[in-house]
Amino acid sequence: MNLWMWLLLSCLLAYAWKLLGYLVPASLLRNPRTSRIAGTMTIGLLASLTVVNAVASGQSLVLDARLGALAAAAIALWLRAPFLVVVIAGAAAAAGLRLLGWD
Amino acid sequence: MGLDFDTAEPAPVKILQSPAVRIGLSISIATGLYGVSFGALSVTSGLDFWQTMALSLLLFSGGSQFAFIGVVAGGGSGVAAMGAATLLGMRNGIYGMQINALLQPRGWRKFAAAQLTIDESTATSTGQTDPDEQKRGFWTAGIGVFVLWNLFTALGALAGGALGDPKQWGLDGAAVAAFLGLLWPRLKGREPVAIAVVCALATVLAVPFVPPGVPILVAAVVAAGIGWFSHGRSDEGLEPDVDPYAEDHVHHHHDPARDSRGDRSGDDA
Repeated sequence: MNLWMWLLLSCLLAYAWKLLGYLVPASLLRNPRTSRIAGTMTIGLLASLTVVNAVASGQSLVLDARLGALAAAAIALWLRAPFLVVVIAGAAAAAGLRLLGWD
Repeated sequence: MGLDFDTAEPAPVKILQSPAVRIGLSISIATGLYGVSFGALSVTSGLDFWQTMALSLLLFSGGSQFAFIGVVAGGGSGVAAMGAATLLGMRNGIYGMQINALLQPRGWRKFAAAQLTIDESTATSTGQTDPDEQKRGFWTAGIGVFVLWNLFTALGALAGGALGDPKQWGLDGAAVAAFLGLLWPRLKGREPVAIAVVCALATVLAVPFVPPGVPILVAAVVAAGIGWFSHGRSDEGLEPDVDPYAEDHVHHHHDPARDSRGDRSGDDA
């Protein structure tokens, strides 16, 4: 039940962000610093989420098959593969490495 | 009934001739499809079917949805998951401002448009110059992605639940790939790469010292600090993570720089 609460609150806040852009006078949000922070934070969060999912396991850092997934995804993106192919490449690399015994 | 043909036919044909509608539909299909990966990852992260659907229906912003389940999968608390998802959703406010200026929706349309304001609909709309096309592009991509994203989320959630051990299928690797795939299109130039590297390092340094999920918030603070204190492009990282017009750019002349280049080669000839 607890997770439901945070989940629904997240949904509410996500909609609040979206709606804010429509309700607040444009001049207020057109402040270059606001949009710059929104941009740098988007990059920072996605970089952080990538790393956490690749090497974090609880509070420790672990090097395992997920690193292979990271490398495979990077190669797929380098080759301009569509998103779904990138995701499948990541899954295949991790699964393949585990089959070979590298966990 | 069948004789209604003559009056009914021209409208759909005309709609499909609109470049914004066609781009909007193709981006809807491409984006909708990867709802499968979200649905499957979400249920293997520990959310149930309806929690997964609630994220796609109500939160409806790919990056934030992946962030929420990513934090939960890593053992993070609900509040940390909410923090990451919410901070990542800030850019939608900026998109909302852009769309509001372009489309000027009134009444209930404003509230509907807000929910549909995401990377894909914004990119499709802002890539057009004609106001009617901007409108068609926004609504086509917005509604199209919404319908297909939710449909494929449900499919993925059902399939993911039947998979058994998610690690055996490399689904944790799929999550890593998904986040890199969301980040990648924003890394145009040296500055965004530097921001990404600094935030990745901050994350790694924070992992051993704070509870799961919190390192992501630490990185957000670092990124906000960079945005506050440095003076770079004000739209860095804010170009939507899709470029529906990638192929068009080769043939058409959307931006002035390209136009002048085109003119010059015209002079040569």
